[in-house]
Amino acid sequence: MSTRMFGEPVARREDPRLLTGRGRFLDDLGRDALAAAFVRSPHAHARILDIDVTGALDVDGLVAIYTFEDLPDQVGAPLPVLLPHPALTHGRTARPLARDVVRHVGEPVAMVVAADRYLAEDAAGLIRVEYERLPAVVGIENAEAARDLVHDDVPGNVGAVLLQENGDAAAAIDAAPHVLEFRLAIERSASTPLEGRGVCARWDADDGSLRVYTSTQASTSVRAAIAARLDLPAGKVEVVAPDVGGGFGVKIVHPWPEEVLVPWAARLLGREVKWAEDRREHFVAAAHERGQLHDVRVGFDGAGRVLGLDVRIRHDHGAYTPYGIVIPIVTSTQLLGPYKIGAYRAEVVSLYTNTLIVTPYRGAGRPQGVFCMERTMDRIAGHLGLDRGEVRAANFIQPDEFPYDQGLTFQDGRPLIYDSGDYPGLLRKVRDLIGWDGFGALRAEAAARGRRIGVGLGCYVEGTGVGPYEGGHVEIDSAGRVHVSTGLTSQGQGHQTVFAQIAATELGVPIADVHVTTGDTRRFGYAVGTFASRAAVMSGNAIALACRKVRAKALRIAAEALEADPSDLEITEGEVHVRGDRSASVPLRTVAVLSNPLRYAFDEQTAAATQFAVGGSPSEPPVAAGDEPGLEGRDYYSPVRSTFAAGAHAAIVEVDPDTAEVRVLRYAVVHDCGRLINPMVVEGQIHGGVAQGIGGALYERMVYDASGQLLNASFMDFLMPYATEVPHIETDHLETPSPLNPLGVKGAGEAGVIPVSAVIASAVEDAEGLRVDAMPLSPDELFDLRRRAEHDPALRTRAVNGP
Amino acid sequence: MTEETFEIELTVNGVRRTARAPARRLLSDLLRHGLGLTGTHVGCEHGVCGCCTVLLDGEPVRSCLMFAVTASGHEVTTVEGLAAPDGEMSPVQRAFQECHGLQCGFCTPGFLCTVTALLRDTPRPTDDEILEGISGNLCRCTGYQNIRRSVRRASELIAADPASGGPPAGEAGEGGR
Amino acid sequence: MKPPPFAYRAPRTLPEALAALAPAAPGTGSDTGGGGVGKVLAGGQSLIPLLNMRLAAPERLVDINRVAELDTLEVTGAGVRVGALARHARVGRSAEAAAVQPLLRRALAHVAHPVVRNRGTVVGSLAHADPSAELPAVLALLDGSVEAASAAGRRTIPAGGFFLGPLEPALLPGELAVSAFFPALPPRTGTAFVEIARRHGDYALVGVAATVTLDAGLRVAAARAGYLSVAGVPLVLDLTAACAGADAVSGGGDWEDAAAYARERVDPESDIHASADYRRHLAGVLTGRALRAATADAIDRAGEGR
Repeated sequence: MSTRMFGEPVARREDPRLLTGRGRFLDDLGRDALAAAFVRSPHAHARILDIDVTGALDVDGLVAIYTFEDLPDQVGAPLPVLLPHPALTHGRTARPLARDVVRHVGEPVAMVVAADRYLAEDAAGLIRVEYERLPAVVGIENAEAARDLVHDDVPGNVGAVLLQENGDAAAAIDAAPHVLEFRLAIERSASTPLEGRGVCARWDADDGSLRVYTSTQASTSVRAAIAARLDLPAGKVEVVAPDVGGGFGVKIVHPWPEEVLVPWAARLLGREVKWAEDRREHFVAAAHERGQLHDVRVGFDGAGRVLGLDVRIRHDHGAYTPYGIVIPIVTSTQLLGPYKIGAYRAEVVSLYTNTLIVTPYRGAGRPQGVFCMERTMDRIAGHLGLDRGEVRAANFIQPDEFPYDQGLTFQDGRPLIYDSGDYPGLLRKVRDLIGWDGFGALRAEAAARGRRIGVGLGCYVEGTGVGPYEGGHVEIDSAGRVHVSTGLTSQGQGHQTVFAQIAATELGVPIADVHVTTGDTRRFGYAVGTFASRAAVMSGNAIALACRKVRAKALRIAAEALEADPSDLEITEGEVHVRGDRSASVPLRTVAVLSNPLRYAFDEQTAAATQFAVGGSPSEPPVAAGDEPGLEGRDYYSPVRSTFAAGAHAAIVEVDPDTAEVRVLRYAVVHDCGRLINPMVVEGQIHGGVAQGIGGALYERMVYDASGQLLNASFMDFLMPYATEVPHIETDHLETPSPLNPLGVKGAGEAGVIPVSAVIASAVEDAEGLRVDAMPLSPDELFDLRRRAEHDPALRTRAVNGP
Repeated sequence: MTEETFEIELTVNGVRRTARAPARRLLSDLLRHGLGLTGTHVGCEHGVCGCCTVLLDGEPVRSCLMFAVTASGHEVTTVEGLAAPDGEMSPVQRAFQECHGLQCGFCTPGFLCTVTALLRDTPRPTDDEILEGISGNLCRCTGYQNIRRSVRRASELIAADPASGGPPAGEAGEGGR
Repeated sequence: MKPPPFAYRAPRTLPEALAALAPAAPGTGSDTGGGGVGKVLAGGQSLIPLLNMRLAAPERLVDINRVAELDTLEVTGAGVRVGALARHARVGRSAEAAAVQPLLRRALAHVAHPVVRNRGTVVGSLAHADPSAELPAVLALLDGSVEAASAAGRRTIPAGGFFLGPLEPALLPGELAVSAFFPALPPRTGTAFVEIARRHGDYALVGVAATVTLDAGLRVAAARAGYLSVAGVPLVLDLTAACAGADAVSGGGDWEDAAAYARERVDPESDIHASADYRRHLAGVLTGRALRAATADAIDRAGEGR
């Protein structure tokens, strides 16, 4: 068996556990824990006049009810603005429990702790809260009109104004031979993992320590936040992310109100307390994303080359800004995609509304930016009568132009410099895969049978693997087991497999000997988190570097035993031997024993390692200066800046001429995330991303009424696609290794979702000959668009060209 | 305000289990929190996502849309009962691993129970029958493509070794509940 | 999302069930909170979500799942009688039922998803009286009936009088719908069921069940359609006159008159999934599709001598 596992479609090592019911998700823990439930605001904007708990006090099994008044200062203080930014001049956050004003439906007002969740809900339902209704601000345009304010001290409801500029866009557009102006809209959706959030906390009074399990994407930072709020040293707080049933961004936010309150109550009560979010809570009390309006002005030449682009981005960030303005920053920078355009200006206005907070959902602002740029490319092609692919090709950054500096500042505060890529290659491959050039004939054939089909295209570049760092720790024990740990968390990406592949390859050990732990502060205390397609890049490289340290040490120790030069040694199947000669070898388990000089022996193996058995010079210390006992290593990977993955998608859709239903007939993806660690896992990430993209393009939205009620807060009415709504996805890969990191990898987690709305819009527009400016698009809306276009030629496209 | 409780007797994964619980205790909660069988997951508690699907007398049902007291006297198979007694995974379970039919694994137990019954009743399903068979289960990770592939693969594995098809069918079929 | 507390009865016989359902049920006076009106629990696929969301809080649930005498499916030449405990899946699988009244199976294929159909009951769906559900429209179209029983006696409620409003069946407090009767399909008659839903398995934006009867010359002698999601109750339209221009033999023909007739008579509401206008439009489109398919089916059946 080869130990070179990197690049192989290795079967996932986490699967047997998950397939046999032995996964341990948050609500699987704490069987004897008390249950928490929350009284949440039924109003989008209201002043709390009175909270009367007397009705709830008779509930059997009630343990405690807490309101804001009960919270100590540090616990009740507003939650942090996690990502401050100079442009976020008016950052505002909620308190864990509302003090006097609630600003969105679902905001927590009181916490109930009871013997089980049934009883906790009974009690919560009997708590009477008297509210004075305040006017609700719903929708971007209402927010901007600012007839009412979400926060009294935030004028105009404007949380942030951010300018991204490269050159003089206005002048470039004015001087351009062709100019177009239009508005685009993307509605809200949400991550919606099938497991909601959840926290389970256990206070150990004897030890004065707290253990918190939380369904998070950032356990180390949750630990820091809880330690600060509860005034505990970080060393007395353990935070563990158990199996996490999907995150997709929403679980990166922290500390959630519940992540502060549940541990606080557990310590106060001296009892284990658990809160497992239910589906309705998740809709109104977690987070949403996506909602933006774009006003675009673009100038271009006769070949379709963009000379100047000006985009005004209005972003709805909901009632609070705990996660800063990362999303619109990403939109405004990643909007540029694989293109080198003339001058660029993006103005972001981030607005408060009386709706749920908006924080990253897979793609994190990129789907909106890509929708903007790709719709722009299609507009240009339509205006000039050019093939949509050719217009994109005319604007591509060429493979010999890397590193390419877009002249902007990215979300990590670093310059937006693309490291590598082959965008013409991606387009070529996706055109071949979807049959772009032969589509005209296909369309005609379909039309002859009364069927209406169209093809669409979309390209994107995705900054992945943002810093500042991740670390890896690798230890080989005296049984030969390789323990790998990293601080970031897992939500289904197969980290236990891909990190093991890296370690097995680096160390030359069978993958079966490698055991990976993620997201457990007991094992690794320094980490950032799992988001922004960064785990493989950041922890992957950190683990590789840690393995290289361990390998060097193993070779050094084995060299003594084998009386050879370390540089002549290699490791195969866990045994160190002279390169090309396996007649004499030392297994790593023995090297591990030799690495740790012992006084006490507890078995035969350790007897060989005691200070009496091991020789060595009597004048040298058993552990050499600068050395450490044990066969372990720790290292960190901290990149100078992000690495940039890219891709091109294409789709063929059919639109029912009578019912306006849209069906995706084919969906093609060509993707470049540098070197592939596990192609099976990468493909799975793409499939899942595309499915979420299809949801965002055709099914999912958050429907708020004017009073700020979320009208579709259930899986009945929030239309997450089933298998019947997701097309077969055809994939192809291109590998341009990243020059920025030792493994040459780029991130892959978000890629699938990013261009889907743009691609589907392009294809529907092509099929219908109608302007598609807003996503998602329901059959009802397409029907309405058809009606309006009968009287309004501006809604009709020119005959969309090529293929 | 003490709630009346009821004696509930179930055969779960072939083992007779008893519990006392109020009538409103959902079967999903009794399995998970009463009997410690946490492999059955709860994703929506309004019957849409399918994560909580278990086999009741061999037929897949939503355990969040059933009171435990109603299930009393019946046979329940959960994901913990799909593997062979020696722990060897069933063909459906093996196929899901082989075809990467799961990512976070939260929806997976519901799919496994649904597919186990589907292939028992329709050992060689067409692509359309597979799609219809899994059409009531949500997955947010996989995009379903590899789940559909897993079902096809499981069908092949069962055909190669018909004895390995899955758990006892219980009182599957018409009527007689 | 946990259900609120309720008093619980699990009768084993129909008389016990009716006694438990009777308002202020005699003989249960010692129970905890068991007074008031009982609510029937059968498949629970509509009721339990409402309970879990605490949108309903019945004082007393009467679980009829142990009443074996209600778990029936009787097929005769006259039609299909479905007992209160017969699950969608069982009725849908029954070849005998499909032979006598094929529309039942066609409609059941659109009811939610297979796993839900394993628990949900046909009679429960009727008694829930959701105007977006498939079976009420089918019962209404076929002029079927519901048999209701109470401690006071039995009565047969014709479909035309059963659906009083959204979620409002013509059942009195204490009454249990014990069975539903779907009349057999007449000779030379075909059926179709079409619907448009946002996702496969969702409640229909609009659905149409249709029956078309041909005369000996294979011309349309009678055409009727039942509509879901276009009014507060299932709507049944006689489209016979509007089908006069249609040519049944070619299987194609012009169903536009019938579609227009339907568009004029439906009265849909707008909701978050579809506007009233769009629903009205769909009612027309689906009328044509349903009639075309039902006509083709009628020709097939006539050819087979049925």
